[in-house]
Amino acid sequence: MTRNNSSPQSLFDKLWEQHVAVPETADAPAVLYIDLHLVHEVTSPQAFSVLDEQGLKVRRPDRTIATLDHSTPTLPANENGDLPYATPDAKAQVETLIANCEKHGIQLLNLGDPRRGIVHVIGPELGLTQPGKTIVCGDSHTSTHGAFGALAFGIGTTEVGHVLATQSVLQRKPKSMRVIFDGALQEGVSAKDMALAMIAEIGADGGQGYAIEFAGEAVKALSMEGRMTLCNMSIEAGARFGMVAPDELTFEWVKDREFAPKGDSWHEALMRWRTLPTEDGAAFDKQVRINAGAIRPMITYGVSPDAAAPVTAHAPKPRTSAEQHAVDYMQFEPDQPFTKAEVNRVFIGSCTNSRLSDLRDAAAIMRGRRVKEGVVTLVVPGSEAVKRAAEAEGLHDVFRAAGAEWREPGCSMCIAMNGDAGAPGELVVSTSNRNFIGRQGKGVRTVLASPATAAASAIEGRIADPRPYVNEMKESA
Amino acid sequence: MSFEPFNALTSRTVVLRQENIDTDQIIPARFLTTTSKEGLGESVFFDWRYEDDGKPRNSSIFNGYNPDTHKILVAGSNFGCGSSREHAPWALYGFGFRAVISSDIADIFKSNALKNGLLAIEVDPKTHASLLNNPGAEIEIDLERQVVALSVWEKAHFDIEPFARQCLMNGVDQLGHLQNKLAEIEAYEAACA
Repeated sequence: MTRNNSSPQSLFDKLWEQHVAVPETADAPAVLYIDLHLVHEVTSPQAFSVLDEQGLKVRRPDRTIATLDHSTPTLPANENGDLPYATPDAKAQVETLIANCEKHGIQLLNLGDPRRGIVHVIGPELGLTQPGKTIVCGDSHTSTHGAFGALAFGIGTTEVGHVLATQSVLQRKPKSMRVIFDGALQEGVSAKDMALAMIAEIGADGGQGYAIEFAGEAVKALSMEGRMTLCNMSIEAGARFGMVAPDELTFEWVKDREFAPKGDSWHEALMRWRTLPTEDGAAFDKQVRINAGAIRPMITYGVSPDAAAPVTAHAPKPRTSAEQHAVDYMQFEPDQPFTKAEVNRVFIGSCTNSRLSDLRDAAAIMRGRRVKEGVVTLVVPGSEAVKRAAEAEGLHDVFRAAGAEWREPGCSMCIAMNGDAGAPGELVVSTSNRNFIGRQGKGVRTVLASPATAAASAIEGRIADPRPYVNEMKESA
Repeated sequence: MSFEPFNALTSRTVVLRQENIDTDQIIPARFLTTTSKEGLGESVFFDWRYEDDGKPRNSSIFNGYNPDTHKILVAGSNFGCGSSREHAPWALYGFGFRAVISSDIADIFKSNALKNGLLAIEVDPKTHASLLNNPGAEIEIDLERQVVALSVWEKAHFDIEPFARQCLMNGVDQLGHLQNKLAEIEAYEAACA
């Protein structure tokens, strides 16, 4: 696709322009071509049914890849090899995806496949996620893949059917927003804290209708894992798209992975990818600046991700009925220090924070310590590969010695569809992305936090600041 | 699931004043293990409608509500945020709702709703406030003219993506449109290969 104007373009403008198969008109949205379609068991069965009803085939099985993550148990199979599914329906859903993939010739990273895992963890891991691609999945956290300079967004099941049948979706171009993080993060502050600080700043609907590009010194300094965490949470600010311009760190991550281009194709791809970053002077519809150096470890105290504050803060006085409702549900008293709140359960996992670096952050704090008596602590790696890598470093031994449970990979307590859930009234510190009412089980109170904050909270049995632990490690190093 | 064409609708409103009603509230995740679209109406707002022991919750706004006369849901801002589950509009439609109105509707929910016969529209703050303050009011939505009428003297225009509007008015899914573009899609693939 050639450019027909010479004004400076943003990464988003380029990604969009390069994938329009049919331009939008007043009467109809653009037909946007999809390079990679990721499929999982929860949002696909009804899409395959529509295909079957209309006698349609999957048009590009070679651009489609499926895995199992939401409904899969995180406890191992019994001696007969049977997995402990939460319900017969959960098992049937898994079997439906297996059957649909067989029928339509789609590659499935099935149970037992060493490459299986949470769809947004394995895409990057396998090198499927690449700069410049359009990537969709029937899951709102598809924005994660934008960390690689891809145009990645969550779609509904009807659209899953559209992509299966035509390899395209109908979309109008959203507005663009740039969120610039100036300065450097302090010790003990992570990408998760940046995400929560940003959502608190712009609101749970602040990104509504926008594609967000994250930029600035602190974003540039993030690891690929950190960029994925940041882009993952874009949807919690209402934006379907989050992205970071690809750079040498991005290319280094993708290189040599299973589905990455090889040989001459690799060099051609690199040349193409290097043209993607936003040009100086490119226009954005909105711009937000955040001082990264001022961000503290963050937690959420309400039932929407924008109710976030530094872990060292006190619970606010509710100003609106919605805030009152949230605080009542969460059982925080006005002016109560968050660090006084007792924790019943800790969950370290999810597509936001289940990568190797996240587990290392948590293990560094748990090493040589014990989880507070009575605090159920689940550590759930994001993929089979993360699990293997963590075990190779002995992280599983660290978690187990601390009294935490080391589970099989999956979405687990992020969405609590697989039987992993808290009990009514429990306060759960979770590295997942949503503190919605009932999300982690009926009546469960969810506090979102980084892996370091979650680990420190498990140790203390209260919401805890991870910085003293991080500083202690630094001093003893 | 096929849906009825949507043209004009006169009905009473059910009002949920809360902001940020997420799709986990509209249909909790434990109901997502289905492989069909049918029967989801029974699960809509389940934890708002029922006590833990399964008895109807006395305080629920859905109690005594008649889906034949109350087909319009009015909600606080950022309605439908969170998960992309299309089960949310399927469940609302299955329960009897034909329209959702807010000042601000989450992107994926809106897209999913409009593809399933559920009109999801955003109105100006003044109209929104009027609707929130008059629960149960009979209002009229005219999709052709893009007007919501709270009364003969109080009317407001709403914007809607024109293609989604056409599909909704004709009761058709958008897949046919995409299939008609297959030659262009193939040409695009050939140019990029």
